[in-house]
Amino acid sequence: MASQPAPSSPAMRRTGLLAGGLALAMLALGFAAVPLYRMFCQATGFGGTPARAASDLGVRAQVGRQMSVRFDANVDPGMPWRFHPRQRLQQVTIGQRNLAIYEATNTSGKVITGAASFNVAPDEAARYFTKIACFCFTQQVLQPGQSVSMPVSYYIDPKILDDKDLKGLEQITLSYTFHPVPTEK
Amino acid sequence: MATIASEFQAHDDGHVHDDHDHKPGFFSRWFMSTNHKDIGTLYLIFAITAGVIGGAISGLMRAELAKPGIQYLATIAAALGVSNPSFDQQLHLWNVLITAHGLIMVFFMVMPAIIGGFGNWFVPIMIGAPDMAFPRMNNISFWLTVAGFVSLMCSAFVPGGTGQGAGIGWTAYAPLSTTGSSGPAVDFAIFSLHLSGAGSIMGAINFITTIFNMRAPGMTLHKMPLFVWSVLVTAFLLLLALPVLAAAITMLLTDRNFGTTFFDAAGGGDPVLFQHLFWFFGHPEVYIMILPGFGIISQIVSTFSRKPVFGYLGMAYAMVAIGVVGFVVWAHHMYTTGLSEDVKMYFTTATMVIAVPTGIKIFSWIATMWGGSIRFTSPMVWAIGFIFLFTVGGVTGVELANGGLDDNLQDTYYVVAHFHYVLSLGAVTSLFAGFYYWFPKMSGRWHSELLSYLHFAVFFVGVNMLFFPMHFLGMQGMPRRYPDFTPAYAYWNHFATVGYMVMAASMVIFFVNIAYALIAGRKAEGNYWGEGATTLEWTLSSPPPFHQFETLPTIKDEDHH
Repeated sequence: MASQPAPSSPAMRRTGLLAGGLALAMLALGFAAVPLYRMFCQATGFGGTPARAASDLGVRAQVGRQMSVRFDANVDPGMPWRFHPRQRLQQVTIGQRNLAIYEATNTSGKVITGAASFNVAPDEAARYFTKIACFCFTQQVLQPGQSVSMPVSYYIDPKILDDKDLKGLEQITLSYTFHPVPTEK
Repeated sequence: MATIASEFQAHDDGHVHDDHDHKPGFFSRWFMSTNHKDIGTLYLIFAITAGVIGGAISGLMRAELAKPGIQYLATIAAALGVSNPSFDQQLHLWNVLITAHGLIMVFFMVMPAIIGGFGNWFVPIMIGAPDMAFPRMNNISFWLTVAGFVSLMCSAFVPGGTGQGAGIGWTAYAPLSTTGSSGPAVDFAIFSLHLSGAGSIMGAINFITTIFNMRAPGMTLHKMPLFVWSVLVTAFLLLLALPVLAAAITMLLTDRNFGTTFFDAAGGGDPVLFQHLFWFFGHPEVYIMILPGFGIISQIVSTFSRKPVFGYLGMAYAMVAIGVVGFVVWAHHMYTTGLSEDVKMYFTTATMVIAVPTGIKIFSWIATMWGGSIRFTSPMVWAIGFIFLFTVGGVTGVELANGGLDDNLQDTYYVVAHFHYVLSLGAVTSLFAGFYYWFPKMSGRWHSELLSYLHFAVFFVGVNMLFFPMHFLGMQGMPRRYPDFTPAYAYWNHFATVGYMVMAASMVIFFVNIAYALIAGRKAEGNYWGEGATTLEWTLSSPPPFHQFETLPTIKDEDHH
C-alpha cells in the first residue's frame, strides 16, 4: 500500500475523461481556426482581404463619385520574375466595373509557377474593393522567358460612401505579391 | 539538485511519525513517485534550478545592456561553441538569450513552482484528500516537464538559422520561426513546449478531478480555501488555452518541416493567424501564472490578520471572472497588426473590464487587513510587497490596454517593465511569500525569519531598481529585444543593471536561508503560525505524514475557509 496509489473511482475517471475531452476539443478548435479565420477574413475584409463577387450585376455606378486606385506589385525575394502594373493609377467611378492589367516576365531559364497574395490599403476599404476576375484566383505558370499580361476586373462597392470610418477617402491601394509555388520534383 | 533532494530525504528519514509511514527507497521514492507531496517537492526543486538558469541568462542580458555597444555577446557565443561568431551570429545569440529567458521563466520556473509545487503540495491537503486523483499521471506530468526543459536546453547547442540556438522570442512568431530560422534548434524549442504543455494539461486534469471528487465530507465548493479555488480556475485555463498553443506550434512544425503553408502567405496562409492563436493561449497564460499567486496571498493575508478573508465569495468569483474574460482580450497584444478601429475599441474595453475583478481582489486584501490583528511575519511582509508591486504592474496594464496609447508603446521597454512588474515582481513575490509561509510545513524545519526579512528588503530594492527605470526607457522609445541602444538610454540601463546585481545578492540570502533551515533549522510544530492559520494543512504535523488523512477530516458548518 505504501507506494501503490489507491485506485481511482468511476466518478473520478468520468471527471478525468471529461476534462481530457475538453482539452482535445480545444486542440481541434485550434486547428479549426485555420478555415474559420479564412472565412472570417473573407466575410469581413478583416486585415485587408478584398471581397470577391461573381459579377457586378445589380451594382449601380455612382456617376460623378470618383476615387483613385493605386496599383502596387512585389515579388518574393529570390523569385526570378519581373512583375509590374501597366498603369500606376486609375481614376474610377464608384460602382463601375474596371479593368487593370499587370505584366509578368519569367527572367529565369526554368518553368516557374507563381501564386499571388493580395492586400488592400487602407484595411477598412478592403471589404468594398470587390474583384470579379483576377489572376490571383489561380496559380500562374510561366515558361522560361515568357511574358504575360494579367487582368484584374474589379469594382468599388458604392456602400463605401456610407462607411463613417472611410469618410473623405480619395485613394485605395491594391497590392500584389507573387510567391514561388514549390513544384513536385 | 541532487544534494537538495537527498537533504530532504535524509531529514525526512530521521523523523519518526506515529502513523505507519512506509516510504519506498530513494530511487523509487523520488523517480517513480506517486506521492503528491514528494512530486510537489520535486517540482519546487526543479523550478528553483530552472529559475537559477533563467535568472543567470537575464544576468548575461543585463551585463550586455549595462553600456551602449556590444560587449559580451561574442564571448558568450564562443562559450557556447561558436568559434569567431560573426556580428549577425552575435545578434542571433541575443535573440536566443531572450527566447530562453522567457520560455524558462514562464514554463519551467513560475508554472512548475506555483502549480506543480505549491498546488501539488497543498491542494489535496487543503481539501482533506489523501492524495491527487491520478497519482501516476501526476508523476508523468512532472517528468514530461523535465523532458521539455532538457529539449529546450538542447536547442541551444544545435544550429538555428543565423547562429546556434532558437532565436524566435517566447512568442515564436512566424515567419521568423518558420522560414526565418532553419536548422533543428527551433524544432527542439517547439518540441519542448509540446512536452511541457502535455505535462501541464495532465496536471490540470488531475487538479480538476481531485478538487471535484475528493473533497472531505462537508468541504463544499464554497468552503474551499481560496488557494484551492485559484488552482481550480487555473486548471481550467490550462485545459482551454494550452491545447490551442499545441495546435499553433504543431502547425509551425509542419510549416517548417512538411511543406504546409498555414502561416505562409506564399501558399495562401497568414502569419497573423499565428499571432491570434498564440495570444489566444498567451493571454490566459499570464493569468495561469498569477492566479495561484492570488490564492497564496489570500491565505497569507487572512492568516496574519487573524481574520477570514474579506468577501470570500467575491474573491472566488473574481478569479472565475478574470479567467473567463481573460479568454476574450487576446488581441490587445496585437494592436499594431492592422486591426480596425472598432476591433481595437472592443479589445480596449474588454481588457479594461478585467481591472474590475482584479480591483475587487486588491481591495478585499486591504479590507482583510483592515481592523485585523496583523503580525508582520516574513510571509506577510512578502504578501504586502506583492500587493504593492502587482498593483503597479496592473496600473501600467490598464494604460497599455488602450489601443491608441499602445500604438506608441508597443514593443518598447514600457511593456517590458509592465509584464515584469506583474510577473517577476508579482508572481515571483507571491512564490517567495508562499515559500516562507509553507517551507517549515514542507520540510519540518524553520528557516531564519531574520534572513527572510533581509531577503525581502534586498529583493524589493533590487527589482524596483531593475524594472522601474524601464518605464522611463520605454516612454523615451527604447525598443525591446535589441542588445544595443543609443547613449541617450545609457544612464537608466546602467541603473537597471546595478538593480539586477542587488536582486541577485538577495537570491544569495535566499539560498543561505534554505541551507540554514535544512542544516540547523529548529523543528517546526504542526501549526507553527498559531491562531489565524485555519486551513487543514495546519492540523497535520510538519512535515505532514507520508500518507495523510487516513481518517477523513469533517468540515463543520461554522468553520471558516
